[in-house]
Amino acid sequence: MSEQPLTLTNAILIDPEAGTEGPGWLRIENGMIAGTGTGAPPEGRTIDCGGKYLAPGIVDIGVKVCEPGERHKESYRTAGLAAAAGGVTTMITRPDTLPAIDSPEVLEFVTRRAREAAPVNIRHMAALTKGREGREMVEIGFLADAGAVAFTDCDRVVADTKVFSRCLTYARALGALVIAHPQEPILSRGAAATSGKFASLRGLSAVPPMAERLGLERDLAIVEMTGARYHADNLSTAVALPALRRAREAGLGVTAGVNIHHLTLNELDIGDYRTFFKLKPPLRSEEDRMAMIEAVREGLIDVISSMHTPQDEESKRLPFEEAASGAVGLETLLPAALRLWHGGHISLPALFCALALNPARLMGLPSGRLSKGAPADLVLFDPHKPFVLDRFRLRSKSKNTPFDGARMQGRVLATFVGGRQIFGKEGN
Amino acid sequence: MSFDARHLLGIEYLRPDAIRTLLDLADRYVDLNRSPQKHSTALAGLTQINMFFEASTRTQASFEIAGKRLGADVMNMAMQASSLKKGETLIDTALTLNAMHPDLLVVRHPHSGAVNLLAEKVNCAVLNAGDGRHEHPTQALLDALTIRRKKGRLHRLTVAICGDIAHSRVARSNILLLGKMENRLRLIGPPTLMPASIEEFGVEVYDDMREGLQGADVVMMLRLQKERMDGGFIPSEREYYHRWGLDAEKLSQAKPDAIVMHPGPMNRGVEIDGTIADDINRSVIQEQVEMGVAVRMAAMDLLARNLRAARESEGDAKGVII
Repeated sequence: MSEQPLTLTNAILIDPEAGTEGPGWLRIENGMIAGTGTGAPPEGRTIDCGGKYLAPGIVDIGVKVCEPGERHKESYRTAGLAAAAGGVTTMITRPDTLPAIDSPEVLEFVTRRAREAAPVNIRHMAALTKGREGREMVEIGFLADAGAVAFTDCDRVVADTKVFSRCLTYARALGALVIAHPQEPILSRGAAATSGKFASLRGLSAVPPMAERLGLERDLAIVEMTGARYHADNLSTAVALPALRRAREAGLGVTAGVNIHHLTLNELDIGDYRTFFKLKPPLRSEEDRMAMIEAVREGLIDVISSMHTPQDEESKRLPFEEAASGAVGLETLLPAALRLWHGGHISLPALFCALALNPARLMGLPSGRLSKGAPADLVLFDPHKPFVLDRFRLRSKSKNTPFDGARMQGRVLATFVGGRQIFGKEGN
Repeated sequence: MSFDARHLLGIEYLRPDAIRTLLDLADRYVDLNRSPQKHSTALAGLTQINMFFEASTRTQASFEIAGKRLGADVMNMAMQASSLKKGETLIDTALTLNAMHPDLLVVRHPHSGAVNLLAEKVNCAVLNAGDGRHEHPTQALLDALTIRRKKGRLHRLTVAICGDIAHSRVARSNILLLGKMENRLRLIGPPTLMPASIEEFGVEVYDDMREGLQGADVVMMLRLQKERMDGGFIPSEREYYHRWGLDAEKLSQAKPDAIVMHPGPMNRGVEIDGTIADDINRSVIQEQVEMGVAVRMAAMDLLARNLRAARESEGDAKGVII
């Protein structure tokens, strides 16, 4: 679009690539970042940011939009609005829909729906095996040609190691990225909580944290064997981290992600069987949570995501073990992540490495940066603004957030995608 | 009154003085139950519904007799055979029942936490008659009453709980209750049947039964819950009986006056030798059943008092008489 150039002035620029944070202005031309600077801003149309923080828009890997199949839980329209309000400028969607996104035809359908309904950038992941059943690989080539940025069966583990190793071998030839949520599927079967004192007290079936390491070790061995590009997502336990570290040190080139809820909540938050806190993998111990924060801080974990999983009230208003897993997170990702900054665990540039730069790089996208030539996908926010979250004010169709009633700090003031403001007060 | 709870969902939510109040009242109901005229009017005019989502004969009968002796209108609903089969959710069932204005709802459910969920949605008093592997508070209370009457106290006793701890709500409620009353607790059983991190509950854990029983005042046996096992936890029943079944030889490790308890129903020859179960000098299993009725009468009486008090103050606030 050839709108006239725009300069966002009087901002604190957070540049994850340079690792800097400081006052300055940012100029947008033709939807791209044309430059940044300090001192007097260039001539032309300006928006005064009022001394608030300007960062690259969040790139959220693993968002579930429930199209096709469960549009009553979330549509591209509502997910897009939620993303815009949350400062998420690119959603990387999950294929665990009904039916799964496992063929170019389904991928074409969601691509069209995304384009006509959502105000933010959307890229899609496809399933790794047909129907996510772990038996036959999908048409990885056709799907990649049709725009699939990664291949994943999400929370279903491809238990058959022969199938999994063939998928990875084939994916390597095409340079395709494979994402897995590592877990030993038999040890974790039927689990509703992490094993330990809390699960024992509540009488809940539980999975030992070691099941995650077993799954990760298996995947890493197959990655070493096949040489595929691999991202371990949704890690949650301290015991899995040494395996990841060894793989990194061995030069395996794997990356890893964590869900924001595993950085900000622990098993005790479940309290008296509160099903909005039922996640997969389950919320872990406080020691695990602290280990995951440390892993993000030191860069062992590359990506923080919301793992946005809409569930309607009916799926959650059940006895804990019968209730559905997952939480919505698009609108709470930034304020929740800012808890780590307020707590002194991580700097803002490092936080936006995990929220924007690293996921963009992983997906081969040019965003996530403030450099000249990058797309003007930006979030302007006030990290200090306090509020109490009311789940019924979320834009998602589903309101299953664990942060209902939580005191949070950090509000998105404006969101820009391709230089165009899609959220926030005009002229903010 | 020190018993101010609205529901009886678990021992976790009770303070020691509330437990004492309840047991003191239960003692009085034991006397009533032993008299020829077994009627009281404590629950007169109130409706008690027993909702059992899981098969039960003993507990349901005990609650039913307790309610009837106190003058309540008692209704039993066998929920396994009911609307759940037609796809109705637990909450819808609860709301439907709630519209019939029950005063006491006695609930058993196969899922941990289901009774807590139900209690949030109704305006009557809810009694947990066992939820999944979570709690079975009236069982722990009747065990406590049995111990207190047999041993003369409910503190500073060494209590050994043996067997399938992992699948047992009875064990959880007993661990909480006996811990709150400051007893020394030992858990004995195969490690596959111990819950994770159980040692953090302030108990001693023993694999070896002879060692664990040494000097015990109370030996509490648990039923091997075959129906809750989804895999091989023990190699065979005969090996289990050999190592963890209570026989005279193992029991000789406990104090000479140690009592033997079992929540029933028993698997004779699996977790307990039949002759010990029937030994009137050691076994208090029949007394436990008797105490069960008294404890449930006391629990429903106290909850009904709190319910009436709450309704009166609600009525005062609205300026109406209810």
